[in-house]
Amino acid sequence: MKVTVCIGSSCHLKGSRKIVEVLQDLIRENDLDDKVELGGTFCIGQCQKGVCVTINEEVFSVSPENVRDFFEENILSRVK
Amino acid sequence: MRKFDTKVQHLKYKVLREVARLAWKDELLENVLNIPKIIVPGKTPTMRCCVYKERAILAERVKIAMGGNKRIDNIIEVIDIACDECPAAGYEVTDSCRGCLAHRCEDVCRRGAISFDHNHVAHIDKTKCVECGQCAKVCPYSAIVNRKRPCQVACKIKAISINEDNAAQIDDEKCIQCGACVYQCPFGAISDKSFILNVIDMIKKSENNQKYKVYAVVAPSISSQFTHAKLGQVISGMKELGFHTVVEAALGADMVALKEAEELSEKGFLTSSCCPAFVKYIKTAFPQLKELISHNPSPMAMLAAYIKQTDPKCKVVFIGPCTAKKGEAQLPEVKPYVDAVMTFEELQALFDSKDLNLETLPLDCLDNASYFGRIFARSGGLSDAVVQALKEQGIDFTVKSAVCDGIEACKMALLKKSKNVLDANFIEGMACIGGCIGGAGCLTHGEKNKDGVDKYGKEAMEKNISEAVSILK
Repeated sequence: MKVTVCIGSSCHLKGSRKIVEVLQDLIRENDLDDKVELGGTFCIGQCQKGVCVTINEEVFSVSPENVRDFFEENILSRVK
Repeated sequence: MRKFDTKVQHLKYKVLREVARLAWKDELLENVLNIPKIIVPGKTPTMRCCVYKERAILAERVKIAMGGNKRIDNIIEVIDIACDECPAAGYEVTDSCRGCLAHRCEDVCRRGAISFDHNHVAHIDKTKCVECGQCAKVCPYSAIVNRKRPCQVACKIKAISINEDNAAQIDDEKCIQCGACVYQCPFGAISDKSFILNVIDMIKKSENNQKYKVYAVVAPSISSQFTHAKLGQVISGMKELGFHTVVEAALGADMVALKEAEELSEKGFLTSSCCPAFVKYIKTAFPQLKELISHNPSPMAMLAAYIKQTDPKCKVVFIGPCTAKKGEAQLPEVKPYVDAVMTFEELQALFDSKDLNLETLPLDCLDNASYFGRIFARSGGLSDAVVQALKEQGIDFTVKSAVCDGIEACKMALLKKSKNVLDANFIEGMACIGGCIGGAGCLTHGEKNKDGVDKYGKEAMEKNISEAVSILK
């Protein structure tokens, strides 16, 4: 599974660094390193939805506050 | 609103703007020969002896705006018909000499080069004169002047000579492409090749960033430019032009700072590799010091490589104050990552070719880098960043930096290093005075620019380098 976090200016200001950090930790904690490929991208053109996280082309709107829920609902549930 | 320092820049801008206007509309080919007449209409000359010469020179400027002479690799080109063949005789006595009794000039001249005619007026024997300038200093009437060509004065590495037709000639091997002569020639007879047509073509063929995305990587010195609008509006303007997004080159600088700190602590001595003009200068003038050059790519190349890694099909355009970056982008190790380089001058021309009024655009944002990445734009910033990067990585190494502001200072430091008498373990080399904010491709060069960069640095959300870079992992 490819998870891409937008690290363009707008999403960066809304906390994409925090989201990258949390996702990195969660992937490691859940031993998903070989199942989930985490990457970054500079802007996907949907700044108003930021922070944008893409899973296999589908765009999600994530915030530093709900990133754990997002991980459980959309990443963990799909790979297990 | 005044956008440029000089009328030469303004003229160059008008040419670029017209070329771009036609290129956006796909009408360049059939109209290219009309551009000189669009810029100089009528019959009254305003710059040269007649409108025909003005137009002939403009035709040459159009060529340079379209990529210039392909047979010459050097980014910097002389327009020989524009060269005014300025006097270059060195020290000469002018008619202000009153034929005084004191003859201070004669007394001070150690070479015995000064003699007097029957009117007691001084003359300099060129075969004896060594151009020390003492006679000019002591003359109470300032009657002795040093006639030098502004291009040769500007070129501190002495890459400009005078050819058999009396026009300026660049030694392409020696030239470091810093653009000092471009900015200093009062007749605009030296210019940097432009690649705006490549940029326009890339943007058009991307079909609104659908086929591939076109990224703009912008240098931090942008903070001292386009002062008539807010930075956020400039970013909006760049997206209006057709760039998918704008990323700060300063993030590349953050990446470089971390690596540079590591390499410095391992090797114990390093010269910086951010400024392509400085790097070329070492390679050509001090080849014995070549091994001491940092192995890190420049911030531009570092970030462009990262962007290409996230989006392999994309195109990357670097926009900055620098003419030497255009040369750097042609290097085999950089070429795969950077598709074109533009200056701020050229960006202004592109904005106006689309009649974009920056002041009326909405505010977009630009925030990828830390304070330290951003201050790379001014002299001393790179050294500060390396010190910080060592601290953040917990590396115990004391930096003793030789901050070289301008290529003359670089030369001094390199000379000392080559004789092993340099009291420093890091040379921060910037070919332009003030650092990148003094670059030839800047719209304006001013005292306030340094403050502008520092202020912009402080506005960065990320306060330290590791945090700014951690987003990339």
